[in-house]
Amino acid sequence: MTVLSVEGLQTHFFTRAGVVKAVDGVDFAIERGKVMGLVGESGSGKSVTGFSIIGLVDPPGRVVGGSIRFQGEELIGASDRRMRELRGSKVAMIFQDPMMTLNPVLRIDTQMIEAILAHRDVPKREAWAQARDGLAQVGIPSPEERLRAYPHQLSGGMRQRVAIAIAFLNNPDLIVADEPTTALDVTIQAQIIHVAQMLCRARGAALIWITHDLAVVAGLADRISVMYAGRVVEAGPTDDVIDHPRHPYTVGLLGSVPSANRRGEKLTQIPGMTPNMLDLPPGCAFRERCPRASDACLTVPQITAAEAGHPIRCHHPHGAAVPA
Amino acid sequence: MTVFIIRRLLQAIVVVFLMSLIVFFGVNVIGDPVDMLINPEADQAEIERTIRALGLDKPIHEQYLFFLKGVASGDFGKSFIFGEPALKLILHHMPATIELALVSLVMAIVLGIPLGLYAGLFPDQRISRAIMAGSILGFSLPTFWVGLMMIMLFAVYLGWLPSTGRGDMAEFLGIRSSLWTRDGLSHLFMPALNLALTNISLVIRLTRAGVREAMHQDYIKFARAKGLTTRRVVGVHLMKNILIPIVTVLGLEFGNLLAFSVVTETIFAWPGMGKLLIDSLLQLDRPVVVAYLMIIVLFFVIINLVVDILYSVLDPRVRLRDQGT
Repeated sequence: MTVLSVEGLQTHFFTRAGVVKAVDGVDFAIERGKVMGLVGESGSGKSVTGFSIIGLVDPPGRVVGGSIRFQGEELIGASDRRMRELRGSKVAMIFQDPMMTLNPVLRIDTQMIEAILAHRDVPKREAWAQARDGLAQVGIPSPEERLRAYPHQLSGGMRQRVAIAIAFLNNPDLIVADEPTTALDVTIQAQIIHVAQMLCRARGAALIWITHDLAVVAGLADRISVMYAGRVVEAGPTDDVIDHPRHPYTVGLLGSVPSANRRGEKLTQIPGMTPNMLDLPPGCAFRERCPRASDACLTVPQITAAEAGHPIRCHHPHGAAVPA
Repeated sequence: MTVFIIRRLLQAIVVVFLMSLIVFFGVNVIGDPVDMLINPEADQAEIERTIRALGLDKPIHEQYLFFLKGVASGDFGKSFIFGEPALKLILHHMPATIELALVSLVMAIVLGIPLGLYAGLFPDQRISRAIMAGSILGFSLPTFWVGLMMIMLFAVYLGWLPSTGRGDMAEFLGIRSSLWTRDGLSHLFMPALNLALTNISLVIRLTRAGVREAMHQDYIKFARAKGLTTRRVVGVHLMKNILIPIVTVLGLEFGNLLAFSVVTETIFAWPGMGKLLIDSLLQLDRPVVVAYLMIIVLFFVIINLVVDILYSVLDPRVRLRDQGT
């Protein structure tokens, strides 16, 4: 069952210097209990995509086009009231920096209980018990004691566990995780990924895992969508995308990751830098860094799917003839 | 925490002692009260008698030791002018000033914080710009001028509010105050607003700055992502984070309101301590000046202590530890 389908999403920021098309044509769908990795460099629009889904794009940003359907319900243009009802109960979000996401002056129990009471009419005592069980489920020892703590008394990994526990409190159907492990030690990263994956499987929630780290999603996601300059350039089943990347950008990304299979070989790097989003070159945004670019790339490539379930946005994908 | 408070109180005693030393000797330098007190036609014998009666014939250090001995038993000396104990005189004028300072502090809070919140949450609204422009006027216009203008407008032209005095008083919960009568409140309103104007402006600007900064913090976004109502996000998550600078400034300002509301008290003929201080200074009434300043120092020390304790209530990361006064 499809939990969320995003089509042609466009979120633009109207700044004084001009319009930044942070998200400009993003499509994907995610099913119940599945994990989708949304991969891209900084500034590719992946976080903005996440915030667009939960309706928390701050001005001067605005969703200007496309469709976000959550369990059949159109979220673009939904009332503030409806979005507030969904946020935290049906759709939850986990943020990047656990040191910043919990309010420093409120106790953990306050921050957890309010999340329950915002959506369900239960006695406070009951909410407290659910908060305690929530902490226990993400592997926090002596949860009753931790409930009385303030955020600064917990480590980064611990705080991210608390944030995950908060996200799962109301049994959401969809969780958007915005680089939740980027700010953590590698050993803690693995634990956090494990906890999130386990809870999603147990509850049947769909998970969108936003990251710049291909290695992370490779082991976690069922499907991957690769974003570049506000557009999804390649999407498909994880193994398919990793083993047979078709878009030159994905190929470049994978080539720059060290791998045991290519020990001793030189790592390739993608030439140039991510383009300035205020001043995107016309046509394919990756054109100026792409080894396969041609004059055809001066027009924006349409989404094509040579193989079913593996759409790409490229005029000269790998596996096709290189232009002369 | 208890240790912290006790230590701070001990430090307070040292500060008050040093203050008494400075003020006592300082006041002795600025002129001879005998000239002010005595009839210019009095003869030498009468002058001698007065000097002896006031204890001014002894060397200054002896005078000071005598004064300290008195303070230890709660006696700050007698006013040269009124012949009454200085402490009694000050305590007699204190309720009027405390009343005025409290009301203007409350005004600063109930007007300043909501206006600042509005200006911070909706910075582009025309109303917000008007609030900010008004706040600049609020702390740059001199108090005496605003006070006079208010009297002109509300007392002279419109005739809505009385311009001088404390008005009727009544007793409630054992406290005698103008707060409990309609007439008293109408007398209190203008001087309190006049006194509060600077602080309202300060609180507006502090609140707005805090809101603008905190609004973009992740914890606010996370609170919204939990589906909390705007009311709760702003009222709890935001407010608790921006209160610290506001409490700091209001604490200091409250001390100022108590000690130095001289200008407002003079303009509105408010029978408070500020008026007493100015009169005593002009008449070189040493015991009153010294006692007044010692009491004010005590006020400041206590207010600062309360502010420090409030910090630890507002922000759990603050630990009350002794770091010198």
